[in-house]
Amino acid sequence: MKICVCAKQVPDTNEVKIDPVKGTLIRTGVPSILNPDDANALEAALCLKDKYPDTKVYVVSMGPAQADYMLRECLAMGADEAVLLSDRAFGGADTCATSVSIAAGIKKIGDFDIIFGGRQAIDGDTAQVGPQVAHRLGIPVITYVEAIEEVSDKKIRVRRQLEDGYELIETALPCFLTCVKELNTPRYMSVAGIMDAYEKEITVYGREDLALTPEECGLKASPTRVFKSFTPPPKGKGEMLSGTVNEMAAELTDRLRKAHLI
Amino acid sequence: MSECYFTQKHDLIRKLTRDFAQTEFTKEFLDEVEESGSFSQEMLDKMAAAGFFGVKTSKDLGGQGADARSYVIVIEEIARVSAVASIYVSSPNSLSGGPLIMAGNPKQKEKYLTPVVRGEKKMVFALTEPGAGSDAGGMTSTARKEGEYYILNGRKCFITMAPLSDYAVVFAKTQQGIGTKGITAFVVDLKLPGVSFGKAENKMGVIGCATSDIIFENVRVHESDRLGMEGQGFKIAMATLDTGRLGVAAQSIGVAQGCLDEAVEYLKERKQFGKRLADFQALSFMIAEMATKLEAAKQLTYRAAYMMDTKQDITVAASMAKYYASEVCNEIAQKALQLHGGYGFIKDYKIERMFRDCRVFTIYEGTSQIQLMVIGSRLLKK
Repeated sequence: MKICVCAKQVPDTNEVKIDPVKGTLIRTGVPSILNPDDANALEAALCLKDKYPDTKVYVVSMGPAQADYMLRECLAMGADEAVLLSDRAFGGADTCATSVSIAAGIKKIGDFDIIFGGRQAIDGDTAQVGPQVAHRLGIPVITYVEAIEEVSDKKIRVRRQLEDGYELIETALPCFLTCVKELNTPRYMSVAGIMDAYEKEITVYGREDLALTPEECGLKASPTRVFKSFTPPPKGKGEMLSGTVNEMAAELTDRLRKAHLI
Repeated sequence: MSECYFTQKHDLIRKLTRDFAQTEFTKEFLDEVEESGSFSQEMLDKMAAAGFFGVKTSKDLGGQGADARSYVIVIEEIARVSAVASIYVSSPNSLSGGPLIMAGNPKQKEKYLTPVVRGEKKMVFALTEPGAGSDAGGMTSTARKEGEYYILNGRKCFITMAPLSDYAVVFAKTQQGIGTKGITAFVVDLKLPGVSFGKAENKMGVIGCATSDIIFENVRVHESDRLGMEGQGFKIAMATLDTGRLGVAAQSIGVAQGCLDEAVEYLKERKQFGKRLADFQALSFMIAEMATKLEAAKQLTYRAAYMMDTKQDITVAASMAKYYASEVCNEIAQKALQLHGGYGFIKDYKIERMFRDCRVFTIYEGTSQIQLMVIGSRLLKK
């Protein structure tokens, strides 16, 4: 099998602070990490490789040159090849433009059976890039994959997470799956894996390698316009009612009625 | 940090080890180790899979093919969370693996080193005797040649991991009356007839890694299990201790960092006299001093590792790093405990265990006084 994993290097949002005046993220000095859901996506690919040893796992990322470090981490976990899509022309891309570049990159490497991605990146939280890439490649997409039930050369059956249960979905290959953290626990790298990762070449493709015009890339191809970034005001403190269930229910309905909400 | 000594590769090894230590060595796990006195094989298997047991050993021998700086990083980040876990890491990498890497022939390496760095077997370093501690040359264990065999007799003491192990690197005299030049090194299968163990010592710290005597009574060791030539044993032991001292220095900066982390967190949380402890200048000065000394200890340790990687003589550098880092670690642990007040004295807080664990750092693999002798004698050589 030939498997692709889409990965993104993101600022560690646990470490990000918000500028209280401007309302924007302060990114300086914040470590960059492999997006957590993408680690689950990679783990899913590596599990298939464990099961079918002739599987080859590619990791594809779009980003600046320093994403090299994150790709080395993916290689150290066990990926076979890493491809970085990097070009000044890709800068300022929204999810729409990003998906054009990534789909072009995947097409260039060619003929994947399964493409995994994380559910969403922790910096933007859009969850849009995966489905958009699938759309541009013209293959089915299943989002929120929480378990892989069965895989054959022709089809795959997975569980798709819902808020109150799951859907069991079967689809033909090739397909795109976006993964949630419940799917698995990403493995550790190993010391030898890290040593090997630095022996490998990371392929870098720019705009011209992907045969994209400047109009199809980056800011120019991004319909999204950021109007304003702000931190929503914190919710007021909640109030806990006390007493028996009946008393609390009575108190609650009484208050809602007084507020003309019911 | 010490960017000048490290590459991105080293950063990634630090990330791996930090993630591993923080995820796996939970409070529950460490409490269990402390209470039961044993460290689970399941955890050792996980550590082996991450490659922690053969950091510097070449890949063709089952190791990871990394360098001394990587080794220091792994030990440091493990010890930051668990000193006892770092002993399990340091042993195959330095004390027990070292003599084989240095003096083993290809067959010996394959037979003994490979399973040890893969975590399939355990091996110990048996130098110390009841009457020969710092003065290792004063050992009385003997190995008498008889045909193709050596007949080994003697008692080794304070042997870390002894009751858990499969093999031991043993030092014994093959010739009397010529001092350290009569010492030879052997790899001994601890299942051989005539090998027995003393009872596990009741230690103050690093609990979860049994330490005991090993007794050899007419143990027949085949000559193919001799490491190097007859009479080279002392040289092998001393060279091994150079790496070993680097490992103890790394343990020291790890535990010291862990203590500092605990103290900083506690000072930010704890309030007295209507303000945080962190807002008392006298206490903040203590933290500042601890952090500064720790940084100095790190620089000495990283430098010694860098010198080893660049094939320089590290005897003095390793002794300086071991001496300073282990002394400073004890000072930092003591102050961090003091900053916890009464809570530092009860076992619910991590600092109590760290304070006990690091006490041995100024003692094993050459006491602080021995390190000073090594450094002083080099400087004052005639």
